[in-house]
Amino acid sequence: MSDLFANARAIAGDIAAGRVSAVEICRQALDRIGRLNTSLNAFNLVTDERALDRAAEIDRLRASGSALGPLAGVPIAVKDNMCVRGMRTTASSRILDSFAPPYDATTIIKLEQAGAVIVGKTNCDEFAMGSSNENSAYGPVRNPWALDRTPGGSSGGSAAAVAASCVPLALGSDTGGSIRQPAAFCGVTGLKPTYGRVSRYGLLAFASSLDQIGPITRGVEDAALALQVLSGPDPMDSTAAHEAVPDFLAGLSREARDVRIGVPRAFVSEGVDASVLAAFDASLDVLRSTGATLVDIDLPHAKYAIPVYYLVCTAEASSNLARYDGVKYGYRSSESSQGLKTMYSKTRDEGFGAEVKRRIMLGTYVLSAGYYDAFYLKAQQVRTLLKQDYEHAFESVDVVVMPTSPIPPFKLGEKTDDPLQMYLADIFTVSVNLVGLPGISVPCGLVDAVGPGGTTRLPIGLQFVGKMFDEATILRVADAFEHATEWSRQLPPL
Amino acid sequence: MAPHVAVYIRHVRARRCPAACPRRERRGTILHVSTPLTIADVERIAALAHLELTEEEKHVFTKQLADILSYAEQLQAIDTTGVAATAHVNAHEAERDDALRPCLPVEEALRNAPDGAPEAGLFRVPRVIG
Repeated sequence: MSDLFANARAIAGDIAAGRVSAVEICRQALDRIGRLNTSLNAFNLVTDERALDRAAEIDRLRASGSALGPLAGVPIAVKDNMCVRGMRTTASSRILDSFAPPYDATTIIKLEQAGAVIVGKTNCDEFAMGSSNENSAYGPVRNPWALDRTPGGSSGGSAAAVAASCVPLALGSDTGGSIRQPAAFCGVTGLKPTYGRVSRYGLLAFASSLDQIGPITRGVEDAALALQVLSGPDPMDSTAAHEAVPDFLAGLSREARDVRIGVPRAFVSEGVDASVLAAFDASLDVLRSTGATLVDIDLPHAKYAIPVYYLVCTAEASSNLARYDGVKYGYRSSESSQGLKTMYSKTRDEGFGAEVKRRIMLGTYVLSAGYYDAFYLKAQQVRTLLKQDYEHAFESVDVVVMPTSPIPPFKLGEKTDDPLQMYLADIFTVSVNLVGLPGISVPCGLVDAVGPGGTTRLPIGLQFVGKMFDEATILRVADAFEHATEWSRQLPPL
Repeated sequence: MAPHVAVYIRHVRARRCPAACPRRERRGTILHVSTPLTIADVERIAALAHLELTEEEKHVFTKQLADILSYAEQLQAIDTTGVAATAHVNAHEAERDDALRPCLPVEEALRNAPDGAPEAGLFRVPRVIG
């Protein structure tokens, strides 16, 4: 019989077969969240009553002999930047502290139609802006492997909730690595689908040419299952593609014979922590053993991805976040008697945290008169060169492999005073968003570190990047890697 | 960002730019924007972004934004002559018929407003003209 330590597919299978009830699994999830959330701070909101009602509904459906969806009764957590009708949705920002969306995100509709049971909204960096979860108005999430360290960001709460076995599946969003990097830091699997694969309707927009929703799971099989449910066009999101959706689960074969994997050696050799490099090199040997062929490739402009990303994403953010003005929803400053303009600026100063303001400022600057060509346009041109680098590489390989993060999970507070240092740690994830490609991070090692309670082990992640709309191949390679190692079966010492 | 937004910004710039302004330089020219960022710049940007910053925030942001911009200047060394700009990576057409569809009822749209006026179907805001 399944419990929360099983994967989503097994839980749904057991519920459908009547071996366990959805209510029982839901209670287990709520109990575990109740026990662990005080130390992890992974959830902004736990929706006990609604979850138990939905789980009971799944059990009733089963009892009546109705067909159940592929995620029937699976407890899931949703990053708090996605709208669920009537459920407080804050983006971990003070400016949306009391916002209750009047509609559901398309991903929520699809997951609930598949039978998933939402147990809560997860903590994240404010408006998904950050790599450590320290930019949340509700305090940082703690890494289940080492409570003095960051779970990564921005989907840190979703990754921590899965790593701590509170839920087998959580939704994240990824603008520059926000699914993959926290998945790597928490020792779980994180998939950023191709730009356009999954509808963003109901996702609070950060950078519209980069944002993508995807699953965080304990293994590749659940990532494939979740992607199956989430994919497809949507009349409510013009960027959601009409591309055919293959059977992702059927493509998993536990081997990667004849797959050509590109290794961007020059890009990976600079500024990478020795422990990450050692895990990466060991992973390449494992990949050879799964039948894949490794090929050296060059991505000559990848080293410029950080400045390109931070110019593009802040420009888009400054425009997207203009909507938070104290008029239509969310927080309004009490000092609004001096007129409309003062109300706007006071509301935004009091409502936004430091990182969000910094990015709005940077984005406004690079779009402003005199600097547009030198910064924003230039970044868009280098974005084209980066795209051409990948196109060239994909002429000779099917997948590109690199570390997910150049460093293991770092200590809370370590990088908060120096935003540039924080940004530099995104080097291996941001180019994937700029080009729109799919990417997946899987656990590939544990490195020893000394913490307050003695020696702890910190997870390291390995990233596979695929061609546009070819999630099938990166899922197949990631699945082969997962089955050739033990890393995905390791659990944090909670 | 949607392409039409970029076009709009460029349009505004072309109309308002004084002759001595650096943005008048031809596109494709490598611009060096190494003028150090000042508190006055930060105040100007904050006003454009409708952010009222505290004195401390102004000081911190002046340094941090200067650091980030000076790091970003490495892009100037890349030759991008004749390279098209990528604003997004959408490969498909996204047009639909311009037909009426159901949308959020006014009452629901107003429910989250800090100062809604549902009886009038409006959002209420402070005085616009002093």
